[in-house]
Parts: sequence; structure tokens; C-alpha cells
Amino acid sequence: MKPKFAMYWAASCGGCEIAVLNTHEKILDVDANFDVVFWPVAMDAKYHDVEAMEDSSILLTLFNGGIRNDENEHIAKLLRQKSKILVAFGSCACEGCIPGLANLSPVGDIIYTAFNTITTDNPNAIYPRTSYDVPEGELHIPTLSRMVRPLEQVVDVDYFMPGCPPESHQIAAVIDLVIKVVKGEAELPPKGSVIGAGDSTVCDECPRARNVKFIKEFKRIQDVAPVDPTLCLLEQGIPCNGPATCSGCNARCPQAGTQCIGCYGPAVGVMDYGARLITAFSSVIDANTPEEIEHILDGIPDPTGQVYRFNLAGSLLKANREAWRVK
Amino acid sequence: MDNEHFEPTIIGFTCNWCSYRASDLAGTARMKYAPNVRLIRLMCSGRLDPTFVLRALSDGADGVMITGCHPGECHYIEQNYKALRRYLLLKRVLAGLGIEPERVKLVWASAAEGARFAAETTVFVEEVRKLGPLNLNEECKMQKDESDNSSFIIHPSPFEKEVSV
Repeated sequence: MKPKFAMYWAASCGGCEIAVLNTHEKILDVDANFDVVFWPVAMDAKYHDVEAMEDSSILLTLFNGGIRNDENEHIAKLLRQKSKILVAFGSCACEGCIPGLANLSPVGDIIYTAFNTITTDNPNAIYPRTSYDVPEGELHIPTLSRMVRPLEQVVDVDYFMPGCPPESHQIAAVIDLVIKVVKGEAELPPKGSVIGAGDSTVCDECPRARNVKFIKEFKRIQDVAPVDPTLCLLEQGIPCNGPATCSGCNARCPQAGTQCIGCYGPAVGVMDYGARLITAFSSVIDANTPEEIEHILDGIPDPTGQVYRFNLAGSLLKANREAWRVK
Repeated sequence: MDNEHFEPTIIGFTCNWCSYRASDLAGTARMKYAPNVRLIRLMCSGRLDPTFVLRALSDGADGVMITGCHPGECHYIEQNYKALRRYLLLKRVLAGLGIEPERVKLVWASAAEGARFAAETTVFVEEVRKLGPLNLNEECKMQKDESDNSSFIIHPSPFEKEVSV
């Protein structure tokens, strides 16, 4: 009997699923070597099918998405119970990713804004209710939790695979590894490892030249004309998140002419991603007086969003203090 | 707890060459200053990784004081300027996280300025006392407990809140 495989999406965009399918013919290896038992985006299976499985009967579960509501939390706990190896797959499950930026606002404000913006036609101020009585019985929709949490803050996680989404060649390498482990030809890395990523920073993979140059202003990339294709972007005054970001993507964005936005999460040894970026950005500022430094920093209009774009929910402070306070 | 009776916990980072010696001088000269600050000695204020500040705040500190040599007097030539740049950016990031930037303060004190060190510490403690407790470690703990039982639920009551669009 083939070992079982599951994949689930919680608070995510679905890009991780696309990235798995983007491994091309490698996906056939998954089918050849695994029995896919649960994968909502690719096959029909119900939660009660999973509930009926024996504990630890699924060999490998790739869990993408953060924990945003009680349904996510329930399935995370369920899949932890039913899986031998649970992988936090992709940036959302590892560190909250873009959905984690919702932690900058209290949950009530998020719902209010979603149903009240100027482009929303909601004259009767109708909001979703988490339970509603209809003649056929009571209906439920998932309830938002106070904040987005990475998978690790909810259940025990065996491995972390960063990326938004993880690069397909990295996914293929991990699939190969697990197949080898199943056949007894390889050993699993130690629990808690980051898999499918490098052990350095994006800068180390980036071919752009670094000359230890200092800058007098930060600019958005669209305001820099022309962008030098061979020079470090940070040294051109463009806030590039490469210095704090884990390698593994072959510096794809800087090679394509745009700044690293940090989707591979903190590099090895970085406790707080934002703090490392604060250090990196500060290191190129060419000014010694507070007034001049402040003026240069004005070029980064949203410093919190800039340094925690993908990592807010997984950072030391995790959220805006207002979001913590809402019960 | 009202702020009058609240004793802030302050973590102070000092540099080996100036501000630590300033605090030493304040001690040997028997100067009185607020006892709320816990000093950690670094070799230089340029060693201060913003992670230290975030870690202190998330573990229960109400404020963080960063101290170093005066501009132009750094033992390592210009590292205190790096501390200054990090400090100014860090304050902006903290503001975005709903934490009053005034909870982090940068003070320059030379080895001879024990009195200045003592006075600035006392002033900072009073400033943080006015801001009230931060309690991030308590708030984080609350979140963990909530996920254990099923009370981690927001009822539609927040919708009543008025938000100007």
C-alpha cells in the first residue's frame, strides 16, 4: 500500500497549490508514490473522511495558509493528529505572509472596512453573521480569530518550507527526498528544519554588484529612472529586503529588475526579520544628524509594512497592539 | 493599576567605553536615580541589534534605554551613528505596531557624565510611568490560553464600532 499524502489550504491565496502543480511531470511522481487522500483544491474529500482516519496514518501533509479562523484551527489540529510529518508549506503557514498584515488592525475594523468602503454597495449595513437560523436549521460560517497566526503557533510543526510560493524546483527536490526516505534510501532532516531553502541570504545569490555605497534618499523603484541593472538595488536607494531574507529562490526578483520583497522569510539565525532589515536599511544611510536621517527615512512611507511585509505574524511582536487588545 | 503606582521595567543598553562608565561613576559617586533600569553592557552602541529592543519589549519591558558615547567620540570611530540611524527607523516601525515610540530612548553620556546618566534615567522612568504598562508578555500569554479553550472567538459586537472612512 502506498503512503498517504494530504495538502490543505487555510488562510492563503492558493498560489502554493499552483506551485505544486507547477512542478510539471514531478507531480506524476507524487501520484506514483503516494495515495492522495485529502487535497481540497484537487480532489473531493470531506472533513469527516479525515476525521475517520486513524491517527498518524497520513505520512506527509503539506499545510499552506495561516490560521485566520476557527475552521483553519480545527483542521490544523485535525491534520496534526492524523499526520506523521506536518510541513508548514509556504510563507503563510511559516510566518503569516500577506494575510498576516491584517494583524495591523483589530478584527472588527477589518470586517467593518470590508463591508463599508466607498466602493462597497451595502446600504442596509448587512454584515456576515457566524450563525443564522433558517427553516432547515442553524447555519454556521467560520468565525474570524483575533489575529492571523502561523501554523507553528497553533500546533507542533515538523518542517518549514518558506516561499510565496515555494519555488517549484525546491518543491521537486523535497518531493524527491521524501520518496527516497519512503524507499529507505535517505534520512529525514532533524525536526524543526527549514527545508527547500538555502542557508544564506538573497544577497548571496544576487549577481548585482555591491560597492558599499551610501545613499542620500530612499525612493520607490518606479521613481528611479533608469534602474541600473548591475548595481545593488539598496545602493540605488530602493528598499530591497534581500539582506534579511532566506536564500533559495536564486534572487529571482533582483535578477528580474525589481527589489526583493522578502517572501522567503527570515534567513538562518535571524530572530526578528524586521529588526534585521532595520539594521540593513540603516547601514546605507549617508547622514549623521537626526534631522538629515529623518529626512532620508521619509522616503520609506510605510516602514512597518516594508520590514514586516511577509513576517508580521511570525515576528517577535506579532501584531499591532490594538489588535492584541480586542477581545 | 493607575500609573502613579506603576513601577516601569526598563532595560538599558550601555556601551563599554562611555555610558557604562557613566553609570559606574553615578554609582561610586552615590548619586540617586530611579532603580527601575536593568543595565546590559555592550561593547558599543553600534552592537545594538534592534532585535534586542523588540525582544525586551515582547518579554515584558515597559521601555528600553539605549546609551552610547557622544557623536564623534565613539571608541570604534563612528558606530554610535549607526545606532542613531537604527534607533530612528526602529521608532517609526514601533509606531506602526501601536507602541508609543517614546518607550525607546537614546541617550548620549560620556564616561565623565555620571550625573547626566542618572538624571536622564530618572526622566525616562517618569516618562514611561506616564505612558503606563506595556505588558506585551501578558497579552501574548492571553492569546495562547485562548487557543487552548474555544473562547478565541470574536462575536459581531465589534461591528458596532464607528470607523470613519
